[in-house]
Amino acid sequence: MFPPIANPKAEAITPKFGEQDLIRRSASSITPAAKRQTEVAKLIDVSKCIGCKACQVACLEWNNLIEEVGINVGVYENPHDLTPNTWTLMRYTEWENPESGNLEWLIRKDGCMHCEDPGCLKACPAPGAIVQYSNGIVDFVKDNCIGCGYCVKGCPFNIPRISKVDHKAYKCTLCSDRVAVGQGPACQKACPTQAIVFGTKDEMKQWADKRIKDLKSRGYQNAGLYDPPGVGGTHVMYVLQHADKPQLYAGLPDNPAISPIVELWKGLTKYAGLTAIGAFAAIGFLHHIVSGANRVSDEDERNAKRLAGGSTK
Amino acid sequence: MSRTFEVAPGDAVHPGDPVIVDRYTTGARINHWITAASLVLLALSGLALFHPRLFFLTSLFGGGSTTRMIHPWIGVVLFFSFLGLFFRFWKLNLWKREDGTWMARLRDVLTAHDEKLPEVGKYNAGQKLVFWLMSVLIIVLIASGLVIWQEYFAQYTTVEQKRIAVLVHAIAAIVIICVWIVHVYAAIWVRGTISAMTRGKVTGGWAWRHHRRWLKELVTGKT
Repeated sequence: MFPPIANPKAEAITPKFGEQDLIRRSASSITPAAKRQTEVAKLIDVSKCIGCKACQVACLEWNNLIEEVGINVGVYENPHDLTPNTWTLMRYTEWENPESGNLEWLIRKDGCMHCEDPGCLKACPAPGAIVQYSNGIVDFVKDNCIGCGYCVKGCPFNIPRISKVDHKAYKCTLCSDRVAVGQGPACQKACPTQAIVFGTKDEMKQWADKRIKDLKSRGYQNAGLYDPPGVGGTHVMYVLQHADKPQLYAGLPDNPAISPIVELWKGLTKYAGLTAIGAFAAIGFLHHIVSGANRVSDEDERNAKRLAGGSTK
Repeated sequence: MSRTFEVAPGDAVHPGDPVIVDRYTTGARINHWITAASLVLLALSGLALFHPRLFFLTSLFGGGSTTRMIHPWIGVVLFFSFLGLFFRFWKLNLWKREDGTWMARLRDVLTAHDEKLPEVGKYNAGQKLVFWLMSVLIIVLIASGLVIWQEYFAQYTTVEQKRIAVLVHAIAAIVIICVWIVHVYAAIWVRGTISAMTRGKVTGGWAWRHHRRWLKELVTGKT
């Protein structure tokens, strides 16, 4: 068992990180915090998950969210997808393992992965609407969000959702408010099987190693850690029984990275675009200085008069 | 070939000193200025969301959220307003043989050697190019814009389609701003042009110098 995080003390605790610990801020140039805090991570061990949805409930409860009553269409997912109120969702996959012939129930807790290189933050046009703390948590700042949906396009995991009510983007915060006072995320606290554990990223990797060894000893030869390098690693990691096939787990991307289209849009297009606009304006200005105005001469007017004079109008 | 092909309804010559030529009707001018205002507002609000350095422009529209909200609606106004201009002007913007010659002598155009250019009708090749580029780009912009209009159309497309749309929208917007710069600069550089869109009139000399065939056809009468 992973040692549980102690309950908080009754007296007020000063938050352990805040504005001064940012390493990235959307649409702003900031000096990253000089000293990085210890990176934190949430480890989700899919092999230990029993699909009880306690994490989903804990998330709603801690974050004071209320999900609409939905419609049962005969699947386990409830609601059917992530929503502005459902920041984490259990996704259920029934898979018949061709090697063992066993039916495997793969249950993945979906939600923000807290990428080290966050695509949402890269795409965001609103200064300070998305921030990344030096401990790795990527957070949305509601007051700065303008509801454009660019984060949706930037995210390689299809996580952010825009509210139809207040037109703001929502996703898992990794319970940054709880982590700031030394607690783990609400989902982790609620998990009855320790399928979700929380700690420093190093601790989580070590813990994952133990779990992977255990799984391998039980015949899961391809068990492994999902900490995709394409996004610089994540601060939410999975232990997968079949780490060679992440797609099995309700379409978890095999090798996620910020889309090259987004890179082009936020990279070359941005700079080349403004340069082109500036160049057109500058050329116009220079042309006018060099060649002067193109004026109608008196002769032109006389010619027009001669021509129009013959008219009956 | 009919010579009166270059004349639009409302165009007329008034002999005098100087000769005055009616170029745009009141309706066409109102239509133009609604389009112009929309395009400028779209450029400002769009650039605000395009580059972080320009985000301050959102304050012109009442903040980031209202900019995000209002930009697509201005786009709708522009689309329908430009549609009006399109139906008014498309016929006289059809490409003609002399337009190729005109383009080939771009050097003479830019050095104001108008006497070396072929006589052109109501629009020269540069104006026609602006017209068709605007037409195509506005179609591209409204189509890609609808795909990324989060508030009403988010559910109809995939994230990948939205990514392509947002890139296409950005590139098309940059190009149309450049085309707009050419359009505005040409109107300023060629003196006597702006009155065509403010008062609806130009002088006979202006018409003689820049659109001689149009002037000739106006003088020689209609069919």
